[in-house]
Amino acid sequence: MKSTMSLVKPAMRGLLAKRLRFHLPIAFGLALVAAVAFKFTVTEPRKQAYADFYKHYDSMKEFSAMREAGVFESVRPTGK
Amino acid sequence: QHTLEGNRDHTAVIHICLSIYLDRYFQTLYSSLTVVVLVHLSSDVDVIDCSVPQYNNRLDTPLPDVPFVRNLSSEQKKLKEKEKGSWTQLTKEEKLALYRLTHELSYAEMRQGSKEWMTVLGGVFIFLGFTGLLVWWQRVYVYGDVPHTLSQESVAQQTQRMIDMRVNPVHGFSNKWDYEKKQWK
Repeated sequence: MKSTMSLVKPAMRGLLAKRLRFHLPIAFGLALVAAVAFKFTVTEPRKQAYADFYKHYDSMKEFSAMREAGVFESVRPTGK
Repeated sequence: QHTLEGNRDHTAVIHICLSIYLDRYFQTLYSSLTVVVLVHLSSDVDVIDCSVPQYNNRLDTPLPDVPFVRNLSSEQKKLKEKEKGSWTQLTKEEKLALYRLTHELSYAEMRQGSKEWMTVLGGVFIFLGFTGLLVWWQRVYVYGDVPHTLSQESVAQQTQRMIDMRVNPVHGFSNKWDYEKKQWK
């Protein structure tokens, strides 16, 4: 029973290439988005936090406070 | 075989709570014993001879090596004779009977699955529960005393020392402590 209309021949070659042509740009795009998102949500705030911390950091004051608390072994608190 | 047991058995196991302890070895022993008992009870089951082609229900072999029913009754033999003629003469019931002669399960029956996962999950939980009890007993009766550094007083001293040392002052521990007011932020 041969009908007058025959089926379309399915794609036999280039299946992987076709899939890559579609998915690779998406993959690269998503990777880029992930990297940019990480930069602006994690690294930039972290850098800013450190910059803010050290802007008004008085190391001698901190050292004296730590010394008085008694955490050092090379220098004991003043007064002993 | 397992369709006979029925799905109710699988659901029943899930409701058993910690009453049976089957070690893995005992479980395989039990299942092998039941197989032995089943073979004993039904004497019309052929002993499987693996040196000749066998029937199988597999999705990837639509036409197994041998038909399911080997020993045909006289009626079935008559049906087979009728099959040699024109198939348009066969009724729907006869076609189905012929199908069931050559195949045990249809594709839908092969695919349908069972509620065995409930049994498996129930067994896993029973195992885990019993193990939890064992671990609890071990914690109470086998383990020695906890170090004194885990006492409340010792932990308070350690925390104070960490604050004095300015541990993680930018983001972490000491960042949460207010050094002016001497309390947590």
